[in-house]
Amino acid sequence: MQFGVFSVSDITPDPTTGRTPTEAERLQAVLRIAEKTEEVGLDVFALGEHHNPPFFSSSPTTTLAYIAARTRRLQLSTATTLITTNDPVKIAEDYAMLQHLAGGRVDLTLGRGNTGPVYPWFGQDIRQGLPLAVENYALLRRLWDSDVVDWEGRFRTPLQGFTSTPRPLHGVAPFVWHGSIRSPEIAEQAAYYGDGFFHNHIFWPADHTRRMVDFYRRRFEHHGHGNADQAIVGLGGQVFMRKNSQDAVREFRPYFDEAPVYGHGPSLEDFARETPLTVGSPQQVIDRTLGFRDYVGDYQRQLFLIDHAGLPLKTVLEQLDLLGEEVVPVLRREFAALKPAHVPDAPTHDTLVAARNAQQGVAA
Amino acid sequence: MTTRTLAVVSAGLSTPSSTRLLADRLADAAVAALAERGAEVRTETIELREHARDLADHLVTGFPNAGLRPVLDTVAGAAGLIAVTPIFSASYSGLFKTFVDVLDRDALYGTPVLLGATAGTARHQLALDHAMRPLFAYLHAAVTPTAVFAASEDWGAGGASHELGERIIRAGGELAGLVAARPASSTADPFADVPDFTTLLSR
Repeated sequence: MQFGVFSVSDITPDPTTGRTPTEAERLQAVLRIAEKTEEVGLDVFALGEHHNPPFFSSSPTTTLAYIAARTRRLQLSTATTLITTNDPVKIAEDYAMLQHLAGGRVDLTLGRGNTGPVYPWFGQDIRQGLPLAVENYALLRRLWDSDVVDWEGRFRTPLQGFTSTPRPLHGVAPFVWHGSIRSPEIAEQAAYYGDGFFHNHIFWPADHTRRMVDFYRRRFEHHGHGNADQAIVGLGGQVFMRKNSQDAVREFRPYFDEAPVYGHGPSLEDFARETPLTVGSPQQVIDRTLGFRDYVGDYQRQLFLIDHAGLPLKTVLEQLDLLGEEVVPVLRREFAALKPAHVPDAPTHDTLVAARNAQQGVAA
Repeated sequence: MTTRTLAVVSAGLSTPSSTRLLADRLADAAVAALAERGAEVRTETIELREHARDLADHLVTGFPNAGLRPVLDTVAGAAGLIAVTPIFSASYSGLFKTFVDVLDRDALYGTPVLLGATAGTARHQLALDHAMRPLFAYLHAAVTPTAVFAASEDWGAGGASHELGERIIRAGGELAGLVAARPASSTADPFADVPDFTTLLSR
Protein backbone atom coordinates (compact mmCIF):
# COMPACT_ATOMS: atom_id res chain seq x y z
CA MET A 1 0.00 0.00 0.00
CA GLN A 2 1.19 3.51 -0.81
CA PHE A 3 1.16 6.33 1.72
CA GLY A 4 1.76 9.96 1.02
CA VAL A 5 0.59 13.53 1.26
CA PHE A 6 -1.18 15.89 -1.07
CA SER A 7 -1.18 19.66 -1.17
CA VAL A 8 -3.72 21.98 -2.76
CA SER A 9 -1.13 24.83 -2.68
CA ASP A 10 -3.35 27.27 -0.81
CA ILE A 11 -1.75 30.46 0.48
CA THR A 12 -3.71 31.05 3.68
CA PRO A 13 -2.99 33.43 6.58
CA ASP A 14 -1.83 31.73 9.76
CA PRO A 15 -4.78 32.57 12.04
CA THR A 16 -2.58 32.48 15.16
CA THR A 17 -0.25 35.20 13.85
CA GLY A 18 -2.33 36.88 11.14
CA ARG A 19 0.61 36.57 8.77
CA THR A 20 0.15 35.39 5.19
CA PRO A 21 3.19 33.72 3.61
CA THR A 22 4.33 35.22 0.33
CA GLU A 23 3.77 33.23 -2.82
CA ALA A 24 7.52 32.60 -2.98
CA GLU A 25 7.64 31.38 0.64
CA ARG A 26 4.71 29.05 0.22
CA LEU A 27 6.06 27.65 -3.03
CA GLN A 28 9.41 26.91 -1.38
CA ALA A 29 7.56 25.39 1.61
CA VAL A 30 5.73 22.96 -0.64
CA LEU A 31 9.02 21.91 -2.26
CA ARG A 32 10.46 21.27 1.21
CA ILE A 33 7.36 19.28 2.21
CA ALA A 34 7.76 17.11 -0.88
CA GLU A 35 11.42 16.37 -0.14
CA LYS A 36 10.60 15.65 3.48
CA THR A 37 7.86 13.24 2.37
CA GLU A 38 10.56 11.06 0.85
CA GLU A 39 12.99 11.58 3.76
CA VAL A 40 10.52 10.23 6.31
CA GLY A 41 9.83 7.14 4.22
CA LEU A 42 6.48 7.95 2.64
CA ASP A 43 5.76 6.96 -0.96
CA VAL A 44 3.72 9.63 -2.74
CA PHE A 45 3.56 13.40 -3.09
CA ALA A 46 0.61 14.84 -5.01
CA LEU A 47 0.02 18.47 -5.95
CA GLY A 48 -3.15 20.27 -7.01
CA GLU A 49 -3.81 22.46 -10.03
CA HIS A 50 -5.49 25.83 -9.62
CA HIS A 51 -5.74 28.94 -11.74
CA ASN A 52 -6.65 31.59 -9.22
CA PRO A 53 -5.43 33.04 -5.93
CA PRO A 54 -5.05 32.05 -3.12
CA PHE A 55 -3.43 29.03 -4.80
CA PHE A 56 -0.05 29.05 -6.54
CA SER A 57 0.04 25.72 -8.34
CA SER A 58 -1.03 26.54 -11.88
CA SER A 59 1.61 24.26 -13.42
CA PRO A 60 2.03 21.04 -11.44
CA THR A 61 4.31 19.35 -13.97
CA THR A 62 6.90 22.13 -13.60
CA THR A 63 6.90 21.78 -9.83
CA LEU A 64 6.85 17.98 -9.91
CA ALA A 65 9.77 17.90 -12.37
CA TYR A 66 11.81 19.95 -9.90
CA ILE A 67 10.82 17.63 -7.07
CA ALA A 68 11.69 14.62 -9.24
CA ALA A 69 15.22 15.96 -9.60
CA ARG A 70 15.54 16.38 -5.82
CA THR A 71 14.23 12.92 -4.88
CA ARG A 72 15.02 9.32 -5.71
CA ARG A 73 12.07 7.10 -4.78
CA LEU A 74 9.10 9.41 -4.36
CA GLN A 75 6.09 8.73 -6.60
CA LEU A 76 4.76 12.02 -7.99
CA SER A 77 1.08 12.58 -8.60
CA THR A 78 -1.55 15.31 -8.86
CA ALA A 79 -4.58 16.32 -6.84
CA THR A 80 -5.98 16.98 -9.34
CA THR A 81 -5.14 17.61 -13.01
CA LEU A 82 -8.01 19.41 -14.72
CA ILE A 83 -9.25 17.15 -17.51
CA THR A 84 -12.05 19.57 -18.39
CA THR A 85 -10.24 22.81 -19.12
CA ASN A 86 -6.76 21.65 -20.12
CA ASP A 87 -6.19 20.68 -23.71
CA PRO A 88 -5.80 16.89 -23.61
CA VAL A 89 -2.95 17.22 -26.12
CA LYS A 90 -1.05 19.38 -23.63
CA ILE A 91 -1.78 16.94 -20.79
CA ALA A 92 -0.45 14.07 -22.92
CA GLU A 93 2.71 16.02 -23.73
CA ASP A 94 3.36 17.51 -20.28
CA TYR A 95 2.90 14.31 -18.30
CA ALA A 96 4.85 12.15 -20.74
CA MET A 97 7.63 14.74 -20.48
CA LEU A 98 7.45 14.60 -16.68
CA GLN A 99 7.37 10.80 -16.79
CA HIS A 100 10.70 10.75 -18.69
CA LEU A 101 12.31 13.32 -16.40
CA ALA A 102 11.17 11.43 -13.29
CA GLY A 103 12.25 8.03 -14.57
CA GLY A 104 8.67 6.75 -14.53
CA ARG A 105 7.83 7.88 -10.98
CA VAL A 106 4.66 9.62 -12.17
CA ASP A 107 0.94 9.05 -12.16
CA LEU A 108 -1.86 11.56 -12.25
CA THR A 109 -5.31 12.08 -10.81
CA LEU A 110 -7.86 13.66 -13.11
CA GLY A 111 -10.58 15.94 -11.79
CA ARG A 112 -13.09 18.42 -13.11
CA GLY A 113 -12.08 21.23 -10.76
CA ASN A 114 -14.16 23.09 -8.23
CA THR A 115 -13.83 26.68 -9.45
CA GLY A 116 -16.59 27.68 -11.85
CA PRO A 117 -14.84 30.59 -13.62
CA VAL A 118 -11.92 28.36 -14.68
CA TYR A 119 -14.18 27.02 -17.43
CA PRO A 120 -14.83 30.39 -19.12
CA TRP A 121 -11.21 31.50 -18.47
CA PHE A 122 -10.13 28.56 -20.60
CA GLY A 123 -12.87 28.96 -23.16
CA GLN A 124 -15.12 26.15 -21.93
CA ASP A 125 -18.70 25.86 -20.68
CA ILE A 126 -19.16 24.52 -17.14
CA ARG A 127 -22.45 22.90 -18.16
CA GLN A 128 -20.36 20.62 -20.38
CA GLY A 129 -18.16 19.51 -17.45
CA LEU A 130 -18.97 15.81 -17.69
CA PRO A 131 -18.93 15.55 -21.51
CA LEU A 132 -15.58 17.40 -21.47
CA ALA A 133 -14.18 14.92 -18.94
CA VAL A 134 -15.39 12.01 -21.07
CA GLU A 135 -14.20 13.25 -24.45
CA ASN A 136 -10.92 14.77 -23.29
CA TYR A 137 -9.90 11.61 -21.50
CA ALA A 138 -10.82 9.43 -24.47
CA LEU A 139 -8.48 11.59 -26.57
CA LEU A 140 -5.74 11.59 -23.90
CA ARG A 141 -5.78 7.78 -23.87
CA ARG A 142 -5.45 7.60 -27.64
CA LEU A 143 -2.60 10.12 -27.67
CA TRP A 144 -0.66 7.98 -25.21
CA ASP A 145 -1.62 4.54 -26.47
CA SER A 146 -1.36 5.16 -30.25
CA ASP A 147 1.68 6.60 -32.02
CA VAL A 148 -0.34 8.34 -34.72
CA VAL A 149 -3.79 9.74 -34.02
CA ASP A 150 -6.58 10.88 -36.31
CA TRP A 151 -9.27 12.38 -34.17
CA GLU A 152 -12.36 14.54 -34.29
CA GLY A 153 -14.62 15.48 -31.38
CA ARG A 154 -16.96 18.16 -30.10
CA PHE A 155 -14.67 20.29 -28.00
CA ARG A 156 -11.31 20.52 -29.71
CA THR A 157 -9.99 21.24 -33.16
CA PRO A 158 -9.48 17.95 -35.08
CA LEU A 159 -6.15 16.15 -35.34
CA GLN A 160 -4.85 14.41 -38.48
CA GLY A 161 -1.75 12.24 -38.30
CA PHE A 162 -0.78 13.73 -34.93
CA THR A 163 1.94 12.21 -32.76
CA SER A 164 2.15 13.36 -29.15
CA THR A 165 5.76 13.71 -28.02
CA PRO A 166 7.65 12.51 -26.13
CA ARG A 167 6.12 9.07 -26.43
CA PRO A 168 5.41 7.60 -22.98
CA LEU A 169 8.48 6.14 -21.26
CA HIS A 170 9.07 2.54 -22.40
CA GLY A 171 5.82 2.83 -24.36
CA VAL A 172 3.69 2.74 -21.21
CA ALA A 173 1.57 5.72 -20.20
CA PRO A 174 1.45 7.01 -16.62
CA PHE A 175 -1.19 5.32 -14.48
CA VAL A 176 -4.36 7.39 -14.19
CA TRP A 177 -6.64 7.87 -11.21
CA HIS A 178 -10.02 9.55 -11.61
CA GLY A 179 -11.07 11.75 -8.73
CA SER A 180 -14.60 12.75 -7.93
CA ILE A 181 -16.41 13.62 -4.73
CA ARG A 182 -19.95 13.16 -5.91
CA SER A 183 -20.30 12.20 -9.58
CA PRO A 184 -20.99 8.49 -10.13
CA GLU A 185 -20.29 9.08 -13.83
CA ILE A 186 -16.60 9.62 -13.01
CA ALA A 187 -16.49 6.40 -10.96
CA GLU A 188 -18.04 4.73 -14.01
CA GLN A 189 -15.34 6.26 -16.22
CA ALA A 190 -12.57 4.93 -13.96
CA ALA A 191 -14.22 1.50 -13.95
CA TYR A 192 -14.66 1.45 -17.74
CA TYR A 193 -10.95 2.01 -18.36
CA GLY A 194 -9.79 -0.14 -15.45
CA ASP A 195 -8.09 2.98 -14.04
CA GLY A 196 -7.86 3.93 -10.37
CA PHE A 197 -10.55 5.80 -8.47
CA PHE A 198 -9.52 8.38 -5.90
CA HIS A 199 -11.98 9.80 -3.42
CA ASN A 200 -11.02 13.05 -1.73
CA HIS A 201 -12.72 11.67 1.39
CA ILE A 202 -12.11 14.88 3.32
CA PHE A 203 -15.13 17.07 3.03
CA TRP A 204 -17.91 14.50 3.03
CA PRO A 205 -19.21 11.85 5.41
CA ALA A 206 -17.75 8.36 5.21
CA ASP A 207 -21.01 6.81 4.06
CA HIS A 208 -20.89 8.89 0.88
CA THR A 209 -17.33 7.71 0.13
CA ARG A 210 -18.41 4.14 0.79
CA ARG A 211 -21.19 4.34 -1.79
CA MET A 212 -18.98 5.92 -4.45
CA VAL A 213 -16.21 3.35 -3.98
CA ASP A 214 -18.67 0.46 -3.87
CA PHE A 215 -20.20 1.64 -7.16
CA TYR A 216 -16.74 1.94 -8.77
CA ARG A 217 -15.79 -1.56 -7.59
CA ARG A 218 -18.99 -3.13 -8.98
CA ARG A 219 -18.56 -1.38 -12.31
CA PHE A 220 -14.83 -2.31 -12.47
CA GLU A 221 -15.90 -5.95 -12.29
CA HIS A 222 -18.75 -5.36 -14.77
CA HIS A 223 -16.30 -3.94 -17.32
CA GLY A 224 -14.13 -7.05 -17.03
CA HIS A 225 -11.00 -5.75 -15.31
CA GLY A 226 -11.08 -8.24 -12.43
CA ASN A 227 -13.04 -8.83 -9.27
CA ALA A 228 -14.59 -5.87 -7.48
CA ASP A 229 -12.08 -6.23 -4.66
CA GLN A 230 -9.21 -5.95 -7.14
CA ALA A 231 -10.16 -2.44 -8.27
CA ILE A 232 -7.61 0.30 -7.52
CA VAL A 233 -8.83 2.66 -4.82
CA GLY A 234 -7.20 5.73 -3.28
CA LEU A 235 -8.43 7.87 -0.42
CA GLY A 236 -7.63 11.27 0.94
CA GLY A 237 -7.61 11.99 4.62
CA GLN A 238 -6.94 14.88 6.91
CA VAL A 239 -5.00 14.61 10.15
CA PHE A 240 -3.34 16.72 12.79
CA MET A 241 -1.28 14.99 15.48
CA ARG A 242 0.58 15.63 18.67
CA LYS A 243 1.84 13.01 21.11
CA ASN A 244 -0.88 14.12 23.46
CA SER A 245 -4.34 14.17 21.93
CA GLN A 246 -5.47 17.27 23.84
CA ASP A 247 -2.45 19.22 22.61
CA ALA A 248 -3.38 18.35 19.04
CA VAL A 249 -6.94 19.62 19.50
CA ARG A 250 -5.80 22.81 21.22
CA GLU A 251 -3.19 23.61 18.58
CA PHE A 252 -5.30 22.75 15.52
CA ARG A 253 -8.55 24.40 16.60
CA PRO A 254 -7.74 27.97 15.46
CA TYR A 255 -6.67 26.61 12.06
CA PHE A 256 -9.84 24.56 11.81
CA ASP A 257 -12.10 27.42 12.87
CA GLU A 258 -10.66 29.78 10.26
CA ALA A 259 -10.05 27.23 7.51
CA PRO A 260 -11.25 27.84 3.99
CA VAL A 261 -13.92 25.32 2.93
CA TYR A 262 -15.38 24.47 6.35
CA GLY A 263 -14.32 27.23 8.78
CA HIS A 264 -16.95 29.24 10.62
CA GLY A 265 -19.35 26.32 10.43
CA PRO A 266 -19.42 23.15 12.51
CA SER A 267 -17.19 22.69 15.53
CA LEU A 268 -13.97 20.72 15.15
CA GLU A 269 -15.58 17.94 17.20
CA ASP A 270 -18.71 17.84 15.00
CA PHE A 271 -16.68 17.84 11.80
CA ALA A 272 -14.33 15.15 13.07
CA ARG A 273 -17.37 13.00 13.85
CA GLU A 274 -19.06 13.62 10.48
CA THR A 275 -15.97 13.29 8.26
CA PRO A 276 -12.65 11.38 8.33
CA LEU A 277 -10.82 14.38 9.90
CA THR A 278 -8.72 13.08 12.79
CA VAL A 279 -7.15 15.43 15.31
CA GLY A 280 -5.38 13.62 18.11
CA SER A 281 -2.53 11.27 18.94
CA PRO A 282 -0.66 9.15 16.38
CA GLN A 283 -2.47 6.11 17.77
CA GLN A 284 -5.84 7.75 17.11
CA VAL A 285 -4.78 8.45 13.52
CA ILE A 286 -3.69 4.83 13.14
CA ASP A 287 -7.00 3.50 14.47
CA ARG A 288 -9.14 5.83 12.39
CA THR A 289 -7.19 5.19 9.19
CA LEU A 290 -7.33 1.42 9.62
CA GLY A 291 -11.09 1.89 9.97
CA PHE A 292 -11.35 3.30 6.42
CA ARG A 293 -10.80 -0.25 5.18
CA ASP A 294 -14.03 -1.30 6.89
CA TYR A 295 -16.11 0.67 4.40
CA VAL A 296 -14.01 0.83 1.22
CA GLY A 297 -12.33 -2.57 1.40
CA ASP A 298 -8.61 -3.22 0.84
CA TYR A 299 -7.29 -0.16 -0.92
CA GLN A 300 -4.06 0.87 -2.55
CA ARG A 301 -3.26 4.48 -1.72
CA GLN A 302 -3.74 6.71 1.31
CA LEU A 303 -2.86 10.40 0.97
CA PHE A 304 -3.04 12.84 3.86
CA LEU A 305 -3.71 16.56 3.67
CA ILE A 306 -1.46 18.18 6.28
CA ASP A 307 -0.30 21.56 4.93
CA HIS A 308 -3.45 23.65 4.48
CA ALA A 309 -5.34 26.34 6.38
CA GLY A 310 -2.23 28.41 7.14
CA LEU A 311 -0.31 25.79 9.13
CA PRO A 312 3.33 26.91 9.31
CA LEU A 313 6.01 24.88 7.52
CA LYS A 314 7.68 23.89 10.78
CA THR A 315 4.43 22.34 12.02
CA VAL A 316 3.85 20.53 8.73
CA LEU A 317 7.34 19.03 8.86
CA GLU A 318 6.66 17.86 12.41
CA GLN A 319 3.48 16.20 11.15
CA LEU A 320 5.55 14.42 8.51
CA ASP A 321 7.97 13.20 11.19
CA LEU A 322 5.05 11.75 13.15
CA LEU A 323 3.61 10.12 10.03
CA GLY A 324 6.98 8.63 9.07
CA GLU A 325 8.08 7.52 12.52
CA GLU A 326 4.92 6.46 14.28
CA VAL A 327 1.92 6.19 11.98
CA VAL A 328 2.82 4.85 8.55
CA PRO A 329 5.10 1.96 9.68
CA VAL A 330 2.22 0.60 11.75
CA LEU A 331 -0.33 1.20 8.98
CA ARG A 332 1.90 -0.58 6.45
CA ARG A 333 2.21 -3.61 8.69
CA GLU A 334 -1.45 -3.76 9.67
CA PHE A 335 -2.88 -3.16 6.18
CA ALA A 336 -0.47 -5.69 4.65
CA ALA A 337 -1.48 -8.33 7.19
CA LEU A 338 -5.15 -7.82 6.34
CA LYS A 339 -4.84 -7.72 2.54
CA PRO A 340 -5.57 -10.99 0.66
CA ALA A 341 -2.97 -12.08 -1.89
CA HIS A 342 -5.24 -11.57 -4.91
CA VAL A 343 -5.69 -7.85 -4.18
CA PRO A 344 -3.08 -5.93 -6.21
CA ASP A 345 -0.92 -3.02 -5.11
CA ALA A 346 -1.25 0.34 -6.86
CA PRO A 347 0.35 0.11 -10.31
CA THR A 348 3.76 1.73 -10.76
CA HIS A 349 5.73 2.26 -13.93
CA ASP A 350 7.69 -0.96 -13.35
CA THR A 351 4.60 -3.11 -12.80
CA LEU A 352 2.84 -1.55 -15.80
CA VAL A 353 5.86 -2.23 -18.03
CA ALA A 354 6.05 -5.82 -16.74
CA ALA A 355 2.32 -6.32 -17.37
CA ARG A 356 2.65 -4.92 -20.89
CA ASN A 357 5.63 -7.19 -21.61
CA ALA A 358 3.78 -10.22 -20.27
CA GLN A 359 0.77 -9.38 -22.48
CA GLN A 360 2.96 -8.97 -25.57
CA GLY A 361 4.70 -12.25 -24.76
CA VAL A 362 1.32 -13.97 -24.73
CA ALA A 363 0.30 -12.26 -27.96
CA ALA A 364 3.56 -13.29 -29.66
CA MET B 1 -48.48 -1.45 0.07
CA THR B 2 -46.40 0.64 2.44
CA THR B 3 -47.89 3.73 4.02
CA ARG B 4 -46.85 6.83 2.16
CA THR B 5 -45.46 9.88 3.89
CA LEU B 6 -46.78 13.41 3.89
CA ALA B 7 -43.91 15.72 4.87
CA VAL B 8 -44.90 18.88 6.76
CA VAL B 9 -42.27 21.62 6.95
CA SER B 10 -42.79 24.54 9.29
CA ALA B 11 -40.38 27.47 9.37
CA GLY B 12 -42.02 29.13 12.38
CA LEU B 13 -39.60 30.44 14.98
CA SER B 14 -41.66 31.05 18.11
CA THR B 15 -43.28 28.51 20.41
CA PRO B 16 -46.17 28.20 20.05
CA SER B 17 -46.05 29.33 16.46
CA SER B 18 -48.95 30.31 14.22
CA THR B 19 -46.94 28.94 11.30
CA ARG B 20 -46.87 25.52 12.96
CA LEU B 21 -50.55 25.88 13.80
CA LEU B 22 -51.38 26.49 10.15
CA ALA B 23 -49.12 23.62 9.07
CA ASP B 24 -50.88 21.23 11.47
CA ARG B 25 -54.32 22.26 10.29
CA LEU B 26 -53.34 21.90 6.64
CA ALA B 27 -51.92 18.45 7.42
CA ASP B 28 -55.11 17.42 9.23
CA ALA B 29 -57.20 18.56 6.27
CA ALA B 30 -55.04 16.69 3.77
CA VAL B 31 -54.97 13.50 5.84
CA ALA B 32 -58.76 13.62 6.26
CA ALA B 33 -59.30 14.18 2.54
CA LEU B 34 -56.97 11.31 1.71
CA ALA B 35 -58.78 9.06 4.18
CA GLU B 36 -62.05 9.86 2.38
CA ARG B 37 -60.36 8.54 -0.76
CA GLY B 38 -59.29 5.42 1.09
CA ALA B 39 -55.61 6.44 1.15
CA GLU B 40 -53.66 6.24 4.35
CA VAL B 41 -50.65 8.49 4.88
CA ARG B 42 -48.26 9.07 7.73
CA THR B 43 -47.34 12.68 8.44
CA GLU B 44 -43.79 13.66 9.38
CA THR B 45 -43.53 17.18 10.69
CA ILE B 46 -40.23 19.02 10.47
CA GLU B 47 -39.61 22.13 12.55
CA LEU B 48 -36.83 23.96 10.72
CA ARG B 49 -35.94 25.87 13.88
CA GLU B 50 -34.57 22.62 15.31
CA HIS B 51 -32.21 22.38 12.32
CA ALA B 52 -31.14 26.03 12.11
CA ARG B 53 -27.51 25.22 12.95
CA ASP B 54 -27.47 22.08 10.82
CA LEU B 55 -28.60 24.20 7.88
CA ALA B 56 -25.91 26.84 8.49
CA ASP B 57 -23.29 24.07 8.71
CA HIS B 58 -24.54 22.67 5.42
CA LEU B 59 -24.06 26.05 3.75
CA VAL B 60 -20.46 26.13 4.96
CA THR B 61 -19.42 22.48 4.52
CA GLY B 62 -21.53 21.52 1.51
CA PHE B 63 -22.97 18.36 3.01
CA PRO B 64 -25.83 17.55 5.40
CA ASN B 65 -24.75 16.39 8.84
CA ALA B 66 -26.23 13.38 10.60
CA GLY B 67 -29.03 15.49 12.08
CA LEU B 68 -30.12 16.98 8.77
CA ARG B 69 -29.67 14.00 6.45
CA PRO B 70 -32.83 12.10 7.52
CA VAL B 71 -34.85 15.32 7.21
CA LEU B 72 -33.74 15.84 3.61
CA ASP B 73 -34.41 12.17 2.88
CA THR B 74 -37.91 12.47 4.33
CA VAL B 75 -38.78 15.45 2.13
CA ALA B 76 -37.24 13.93 -1.00
CA GLY B 77 -39.05 10.64 -0.44
CA ALA B 78 -42.43 12.09 0.54
CA ALA B 79 -45.59 11.49 -1.46
CA GLY B 80 -46.57 15.11 -0.79
CA LEU B 81 -45.26 18.18 1.00
CA ILE B 82 -46.90 20.90 3.05
CA ALA B 83 -44.55 23.88 3.33
CA VAL B 84 -45.40 26.79 5.59
CA THR B 85 -43.29 29.85 6.31
CA PRO B 86 -43.70 33.13 8.10
CA ILE B 87 -43.42 36.12 5.79
CA PHE B 88 -40.37 38.21 6.66
CA SER B 89 -39.48 41.37 4.73
CA ALA B 90 -41.94 40.68 1.91
CA SER B 91 -40.93 37.04 1.32
CA TYR B 92 -40.35 33.57 2.82
CA SER B 93 -38.03 33.56 5.82
CA GLY B 94 -34.29 33.11 5.38
CA LEU B 95 -34.43 29.85 7.33
CA PHE B 96 -37.11 28.53 4.98
CA LYS B 97 -35.10 29.52 1.91
CA THR B 98 -31.94 27.97 3.33
CA PHE B 99 -33.78 24.69 3.69
CA VAL B 100 -34.98 24.89 0.09
CA ASP B 101 -31.45 25.81 -1.02
CA VAL B 102 -29.93 22.62 0.39
CA LEU B 103 -32.54 20.29 -1.13
CA ASP B 104 -31.28 18.31 -4.09
CA ARG B 105 -32.34 20.05 -7.27
CA ASP B 106 -34.67 17.21 -8.23
CA ALA B 107 -35.89 16.41 -4.72
CA LEU B 108 -39.36 17.83 -5.35
CA TYR B 109 -39.67 17.13 -9.07
CA GLY B 110 -43.35 16.42 -9.64
CA THR B 111 -44.09 16.25 -5.91
CA PRO B 112 -47.52 17.59 -4.90
CA VAL B 113 -46.95 20.62 -2.66
CA LEU B 114 -49.34 22.72 -0.62
CA LEU B 115 -47.99 26.15 0.28
CA GLY B 116 -48.88 28.16 3.37
CA ALA B 117 -47.70 31.41 4.89
CA THR B 118 -48.36 33.46 7.98
CA ALA B 119 -47.84 37.10 8.89
CA GLY B 120 -49.02 39.77 11.28
CA THR B 121 -51.33 41.41 8.81
CA ALA B 122 -53.10 40.49 5.60
CA ARG B 123 -51.00 43.03 3.67
CA HIS B 124 -48.33 40.31 3.21
CA GLN B 125 -50.56 37.74 1.59
CA LEU B 126 -49.36 38.26 -1.98
CA ALA B 127 -45.96 36.89 -0.93
CA LEU B 128 -47.49 33.45 -1.49
CA ASP B 129 -47.95 34.22 -5.15
CA HIS B 130 -44.98 36.46 -5.90
CA ALA B 131 -42.38 34.56 -3.84
CA MET B 132 -43.48 31.06 -2.80
CA ARG B 133 -45.03 29.93 -6.10
CA PRO B 134 -42.07 30.94 -8.29
CA LEU B 135 -39.68 29.16 -5.90
CA PHE B 136 -41.60 25.91 -6.18
CA ALA B 137 -42.09 26.37 -9.92
CA TYR B 138 -38.28 26.41 -10.15
CA LEU B 139 -38.19 23.11 -8.25
CA HIS B 140 -40.74 21.62 -10.69
CA ALA B 141 -43.11 20.81 -7.85
CA ALA B 142 -46.82 20.27 -8.52
CA VAL B 143 -48.29 23.10 -6.43
CA THR B 144 -51.99 23.05 -5.52
CA PRO B 145 -54.20 25.78 -7.03
CA THR B 146 -55.05 27.01 -3.51
CA ALA B 147 -52.32 28.26 -1.21
CA VAL B 148 -53.28 29.34 2.29
CA PHE B 149 -52.34 32.58 3.99
CA ALA B 150 -53.19 33.28 7.62
CA ALA B 151 -52.78 36.71 9.19
CA SER B 152 -53.02 37.12 12.94
CA GLU B 153 -56.58 38.36 12.63
CA ASP B 154 -57.63 35.15 10.85
CA TRP B 155 -57.12 33.21 14.07
CA GLY B 156 -59.63 35.41 15.94
CA ALA B 157 -63.36 35.55 16.13
CA GLY B 158 -65.68 36.46 13.27
CA GLY B 159 -66.19 35.63 9.63
CA ALA B 160 -62.51 35.76 8.70
CA SER B 161 -61.79 32.72 10.86
CA HIS B 162 -64.55 30.82 9.16
CA GLU B 163 -63.04 31.67 5.77
CA LEU B 164 -59.60 30.42 6.85
CA GLY B 165 -61.13 27.09 7.85
CA GLU B 166 -62.78 26.77 4.45
CA ARG B 167 -59.55 27.58 2.62
CA ILE B 168 -57.68 25.01 4.67
CA ILE B 169 -60.23 22.31 3.81
CA ARG B 170 -60.22 23.25 0.12
CA ALA B 171 -56.41 23.28 -0.06
CA GLY B 172 -56.13 19.99 1.87
CA GLY B 173 -58.57 18.43 -0.60
CA GLU B 174 -56.55 19.67 -3.56
CA LEU B 175 -53.34 18.21 -2.13
CA ALA B 176 -55.10 14.92 -1.41
CA GLY B 177 -56.27 14.79 -5.02
CA LEU B 178 -52.74 15.29 -6.37
CA VAL B 179 -51.20 12.82 -3.92
CA ALA B 180 -53.82 10.15 -4.61
CA ALA B 181 -53.39 10.53 -8.36
CA ARG B 182 -49.63 10.13 -8.20
CA PRO B 183 -48.16 6.64 -8.28
CA ALA B 184 -45.97 5.67 -5.35
CA SER B 185 -42.35 6.29 -6.27
CA SER B 186 -39.26 4.76 -4.83
CA THR B 187 -36.64 7.01 -3.31
CA ALA B 188 -34.28 8.23 -5.99
CA ASP B 189 -30.95 6.39 -6.01
CA PRO B 190 -28.21 8.47 -7.64
CA PHE B 191 -26.31 5.30 -8.48
CA ALA B 192 -29.25 3.51 -10.11
CA ASP B 193 -29.49 5.54 -13.31
CA VAL B 194 -25.86 6.23 -14.18
CA PRO B 195 -25.56 5.44 -17.88
CA ASP B 196 -23.09 2.79 -18.96
CA PHE B 197 -19.85 4.42 -20.07
CA THR B 198 -20.27 3.41 -23.70
CA THR B 199 -23.43 5.54 -23.66
CA LEU B 200 -21.54 8.45 -22.10
CA LEU B 201 -18.83 8.09 -24.76
CA SER B 202 -21.26 8.14 -27.66
CA ARG B 203 -23.13 11.26 -26.57
